[in-house]
Amino acid sequence: MILLQAPFLNLQALLDGLMVGAIFAFVAYGMALVWGVMNIINIVQGEFVILGGYITFTFYKMGLSPFIGIPFSFLLLFCLGFLIYRTIIFRVVSRDMFISILATFGISIVVQQLMNIGFGSQVETANSGLGTSFLFDGNITLSHIKIFSFIVCLLGASAVIYFMKTSKLGRAIRATAQNARAARILGVDTEKVYCYTYAINAAICGLAGSLVAMTYTLHPYIGLPYTVRSFMIVIVAGLGNFPAVLASGLGLGTIEEFSAYTLGQEYRIGFVFLMLVLILVYRSRKLAKKREYLK
Amino acid sequence: MFADFDKKELTGLAFLLFLGISTPYLFSGYRIQMAELFLFMVYASTWNIQGGKMGYNTFGNIVFFGVGMYVCASTQIAVAFPLGEWTAAGGYKTFVHTPQQYFLGIPLGILLAGIVPAIIALIIGSALLVLRGHYFAIGTLGLGIASGEFATSLEIIGGGQGMTVPFWPKVAGLPHTFLGGGVNFFFTLSFLLFLAVFFFLRWLYKTRFGLILTAIRDNEDKAESMGIPTMHYKVTGWVFSAFFMGIAGGIFGNINGYIEPTEVAFAGATVGVFMVLMTILGGKGTLWGPIIGAFIFQLFKEFFWTYFLGWQLVALGALIIGIIIFFPEGIMGMLRQKYPALFGEVVDEEARLAQVTINTDD
Repeated sequence: MILLQAPFLNLQALLDGLMVGAIFAFVAYGMALVWGVMNIINIVQGEFVILGGYITFTFYKMGLSPFIGIPFSFLLLFCLGFLIYRTIIFRVVSRDMFISILATFGISIVVQQLMNIGFGSQVETANSGLGTSFLFDGNITLSHIKIFSFIVCLLGASAVIYFMKTSKLGRAIRATAQNARAARILGVDTEKVYCYTYAINAAICGLAGSLVAMTYTLHPYIGLPYTVRSFMIVIVAGLGNFPAVLASGLGLGTIEEFSAYTLGQEYRIGFVFLMLVLILVYRSRKLAKKREYLK
Repeated sequence: MFADFDKKELTGLAFLLFLGISTPYLFSGYRIQMAELFLFMVYASTWNIQGGKMGYNTFGNIVFFGVGMYVCASTQIAVAFPLGEWTAAGGYKTFVHTPQQYFLGIPLGILLAGIVPAIIALIIGSALLVLRGHYFAIGTLGLGIASGEFATSLEIIGGGQGMTVPFWPKVAGLPHTFLGGGVNFFFTLSFLLFLAVFFFLRWLYKTRFGLILTAIRDNEDKAESMGIPTMHYKVTGWVFSAFFMGIAGGIFGNINGYIEPTEVAFAGATVGVFMVLMTILGGKGTLWGPIIGAFIFQLFKEFFWTYFLGWQLVALGALIIGIIIFFPEGIMGMLRQKYPALFGEVVDEEARLAQVTINTDD
């Protein structure tokens, strides 16, 4: 085993995993928000991330610092989420969940293909210009942009939680998540709440995407793995419980990095999807055991 | 055999038979599209066993399609040459099958293309079919993509490069188009496969098995508490789908001539969604819905591919959204609502008007 021969690789994989896990957790928090409030599994989540990344990348390509792109990714994706809700999602909110899965799958194909036409299908990355630290005589490399994105994710998540706890809209969103009908009776405009929830989720993805663009790589077709990772994190952590989302996000990131180091990078995506299937089956086995106990 | 067909079904079947038999003569320029049409009908009809009849919306049937495609092509090659050398050399330019080898490979390949996916369905079915609702949908979506990634890393079947399928053989003394040539041959196979699937499903839906599938869709827990081993039936249903999807994959691989893991074999974003879409467009849970849906869908698809080249997938995504939002019940569902008499239903107009609908689901 390569990990036993090179003990520093363990630390390296752990660090990388935590850094990437924070981004996963942030995106997953957005998915949990939409899932909890609107009962929709947003398949287009990953495409929002990649699109946010491409917006930041555009600034980089224009010769500007990619950091300028971060607020633009956030705001433009907010507008896009708003638009998509007003045109498509509001029609599927109260329907069967499979309908919304398919509808968002359709949107994700459209977004993916438009990105492919607009930005080309080569692998891109926006160089942040920040340096890299070498720890332990160069055995561990730690690029500063990863630390930056880790901190931004934590700050962003705290900001969203603070917003949910204190603002009027945040309270309305939480009320709708608990009981949409009662909220409506008490005068909450649930339609507006849904709309802003979806837009906030898209903005979260946009912000995460701009970090992905600087830290990792962009490609029009790698959106779906991000969707699947957030889905996994949410089903492990449960809805609306941010510390659990963060913990399972960091955990998933670490497991993924370790698997990438031991199995090889080319198996990374396959491993993610395989893990999804395993988690789902394990979860239902556990539930089935509880069911037998009830018998 | 046709005794229990009514007039509408006979008309539909006659039309399909006409298409199947006349295409090689009348529309020979469209043979590949027509073969694809019949295969689409097979994909949609077999997806309908899970998504329509049983209420288990799967994105995973594409796995059986891809496995069938690879198994069929590998068997066809392996009856004559070592598989690894074939894929390494890039296929038929170096190795040429004799007619005997070729026609030994085809039936063997197609048989295995049905059996291997069926066994896979048996194994993964008992693990995955415990999932319900959207967990099943997303789990199978993951399975489809994971198998594509796995195939990409398997060197013996060409990895990400893909592999070619044996070429239609040359027989000394016969023109190259004996038996109508490769296109006609595989067109006929697709048509026969469609007929087999159609009659099999028509029979299956009328048996106790069909009733149990419907019972699982309506209320699985109730069905189970009535003493039906639902798991057994769910897995068996998936095995049937896998068997036919595998064969369809084998035939499609031969029509396409070239197999590649993520775009051709395990193409979750295209074929994997098409089959769901065609079924929903036509009408879930009916025998004819998937067939009508496939027919209309193929027209749309050819139109997009001809006039929106480069933008065809954008147009398809938009089509998915449109169908899901405006036709969730499909064409059969719409017909049923407008003309219930066609489906042998009697509507008491007074009772219908007197009905007050209470919207409990906010």
